[in-house]
Amino acid sequence: MIWFDYYNYWIVIVLMMVGLYLVMARHNLARKVIGLNVFQTSVFVFFISMGAVRDSSAPILAEGITQYANPLTHVLILTAIVVGVSTTSLALALIVRINEEYGSIDEERILLLDGDD
Amino acid sequence: MLAATAIALVYLRSLFVAVMLTGIYSLLSAALFVLLDAVDVAFTEAAVGAGITTVLFLGMLSQVPSRPEHFRELNLRIGPLLVALVTGAALIYATQDMPAFGDPNAPANLHVAPRYINDSKSETGMPNIVTSVLASYRGYDTLGEVTVIFTAGVGVLLLLGRPRRRPAEERDGQ
Repeated sequence: MIWFDYYNYWIVIVLMMVGLYLVMARHNLARKVIGLNVFQTSVFVFFISMGAVRDSSAPILAEGITQYANPLTHVLILTAIVVGVSTTSLALALIVRINEEYGSIDEERILLLDGDD
Repeated sequence: MLAATAIALVYLRSLFVAVMLTGIYSLLSAALFVLLDAVDVAFTEAAVGAGITTVLFLGMLSQVPSRPEHFRELNLRIGPLLVALVTGAALIYATQDMPAFGDPNAPANLHVAPRYINDSKSETGMPNIVTSVLASYRGYDTLGEVTVIFTAGVGVLLLLGRPRRRPAEERDGQ
């Protein structure tokens, strides 16, 4: 089953590319942030699937369990989730501020307004 | 299913619906984390990713006038699509060298993880390995995380604290 072995990576890559496409193709700044979130979650899924072990249990020590999932990737992603939320909040605050200044969150219109000055 | 939700995100016209779908997407990924034995990550993602992020997005939407976008703006754009496809193809080519999914002998599972699993009980007295690694072995990560949150909080206050002063000054001037 050589094909099924890499299934998790393919899902991650599809999500990653959807995120990348959203960031590059959308003029609406809020949609770019959504794209960044999608990209971010794909990295989370990548790490967690790297740490997953076949027939294993959640990394909480208990009697009679010998195989645990890798706890290290879980810790790294816990940190990453919280950091991701703080960067998202900063990005959204920037969007609100840009909207107050320019009256639009459309990238092209902002560039147009900047050209008039 | 996760991929389908993500792809639907590309074509939604209404920003509000897109934000709601982002929340659903986060919740779905939390469910996936439970399946992959990452329970701590799953509840953090459900609470923080699906909860707080959605609230933040809704707060942003309440400040920003949102209108349904024209289909012209949602057209498939060839340049970015090409870049995304080429990058994706290169990444899929690279997965040939990756360890198979769920392989207990993958390099990522062999280095420090066995030590945490074997010794964390006697060294920290905590049955939950994720907690003991987070708070004890990799405590500096958590310190850095708190620094990032603090910086982001200060940044948000600096960005959004100012405009509220302006109407007050105008009122004083009248």
